[in-house]
Amino acid sequence: MTVNSNGTSSLLMRPDFKIIAEIIQPGTKVLDLGCGEGLLLAWLAANKKVLARGVEIEASNVRKAIARGVSAYQGDIDEGLADYPDKAFDYVILSQTLQETRAPLQVLTEMLRVGRKAIISFPNFGHWTVRMAMLFSGQAPKTDLFPYDWYDSPNIHFLSINDFEDLCRKNGFPIERRYFLSGEKKVNWLPNLRGQTAVFLVG
Amino acid sequence: MVVETQTARFDSIPLDCGATLSPVEIAYETYGKLNAAGSNAILIGHAFTGDAHAAGISHEGKPGWWDSMIGPGKGFDTDRYFIICSNVLGGCQGTTGPGTINPATGVPYAMSFPVITIRDIVRLQKMLVDSLGITKLLSVAGGSMGGMQALEWAVTFPEMVWSAIPIATTWRHSAQQIAFNEVGRQAIMADPDWAEGEYYDKKPPARGLSVARMVGHITYMSDESMREKFGRRLREKEKFGFDFGVDFEVESYLRYRGNQFVSRFDANSYLYITKALDYFDLTNGTGHLVDAFRSVETRFLVISFTSDWLYPSYQSQEIVRVLRRINGDVAYCDLQSNYGHDAFLVDVAEQTELVRGFLESTARVAAEAGQ
Repeated sequence: MTVNSNGTSSLLMRPDFKIIAEIIQPGTKVLDLGCGEGLLLAWLAANKKVLARGVEIEASNVRKAIARGVSAYQGDIDEGLADYPDKAFDYVILSQTLQETRAPLQVLTEMLRVGRKAIISFPNFGHWTVRMAMLFSGQAPKTDLFPYDWYDSPNIHFLSINDFEDLCRKNGFPIERRYFLSGEKKVNWLPNLRGQTAVFLVG
Repeated sequence: MVVETQTARFDSIPLDCGATLSPVEIAYETYGKLNAAGSNAILIGHAFTGDAHAAGISHEGKPGWWDSMIGPGKGFDTDRYFIICSNVLGGCQGTTGPGTINPATGVPYAMSFPVITIRDIVRLQKMLVDSLGITKLLSVAGGSMGGMQALEWAVTFPEMVWSAIPIATTWRHSAQQIAFNEVGRQAIMADPDWAEGEYYDKKPPARGLSVARMVGHITYMSDESMREKFGRRLREKEKFGFDFGVDFEVESYLRYRGNQFVSRFDANSYLYITKALDYFDLTNGTGHLVDAFRSVETRFLVISFTSDWLYPSYQSQEIVRVLRRINGDVAYCDLQSNYGHDAFLVDVAEQTELVRGFLESTARVAAEAGQ
């Protein structure tokens, strides 16, 4: 992955972005839910010639995304997907946001309605540091992965890799590919214990 | 940068009401240079009482009404783009309107001027754009009524616009918007000096027009901006006058703006343009906005302002939702501002960021499509 003039060099800072960028085929239609400042979309548009769209709730992020040339609009993920026709996109991305949505199952279902494939990344609540923190402190875990106090965390649904796989199985969401990361390194052995971040390609 | 208003003249224009106006003149200004390929042109639509003088300094030393947005290095960067702004049909600043002499009678049209629509305004702009040798505009942009023109362009001449930037606007006038306009019209028509519009060789209906403008001004501000700007401060006095002279600052301000307006605006134009605004409905009464946008491939940047209660954000969001439904290319931001509807004129820093980025990406899209 090369650094380009769109200021997307910081894409390298997010290992899940790197995986997502690898998964996405050139020339496809991509919707990024919770697109932030539009870094990933700008990179995909410039380097993979995708048709990029983004949804973001924070006005200041939307502003930066649009200033970057990304067609982003200010809106809420939980209700924003309803307007799109079926299979409007090749990929719908939800990176590090599933745990912040009010109705995760509904969001996943909608993602697979408007997209042929869904790409979901999230921090793994089953990681050993989280387990240890809880075990030894007896308090809501505060770790590198989950750095917030319980009362000001944006995360409202905590899930592990196993939880996500379980949900997909129960709802018949076919998992096409899965990636587990510890920092930037891929984890293959005991992922639910050792993986910090999971990236799933579903659909 | 001293700019000159120019005039283009056309034999005739067919109007939505069925009438034909001939001849017709349109006043316009341009800024920046049209490139050899003719691919860097942007049309700016002005708001209700605006004019062709959008940027630069006029011979009288007056800066353009959107000078903060248009110029070298600004949101609409004249180092890169060729910007056109024209006075609307029915207006009173150079383009044919009710105050223009009717060649058939030798006196001003007054109320014999045909009732015009936003689409008529856009149709005349298209004649101008054609005459400048431009086959496709990089963008059409504007706030308020200017935003309606941007939307109308995208729907009526979709093949001629790469992108549209409707700001602080709506896809159709609501009951509240019509109501405020009707108050303005009634104020003018209730003034005996209006004389059924036949006042051009007499005293104009200054009091009526001034009241209309006062009402308008209230709708352009917000509760918060008025509280900040005036509060309950008294005007050059310590105590109430216990009479009906000016007590409060806000009264003085509104009277001043009203009186100032009378010297630059024609009351009949006020009637005609508010009518065009009230008739504005992109769906022609069907209410099916999806159908209006069906064949539109234009990219959109929609902007609204949080404190705008004249064209509230929900009206912009309706446009955005429909564009999403047809999988259109739409960017949208609800900018935080306390300035009410006027925000698109006065609170331009964030708007500039959005416009600059959007135009750059549109230019890229247009260049790639042209290859």
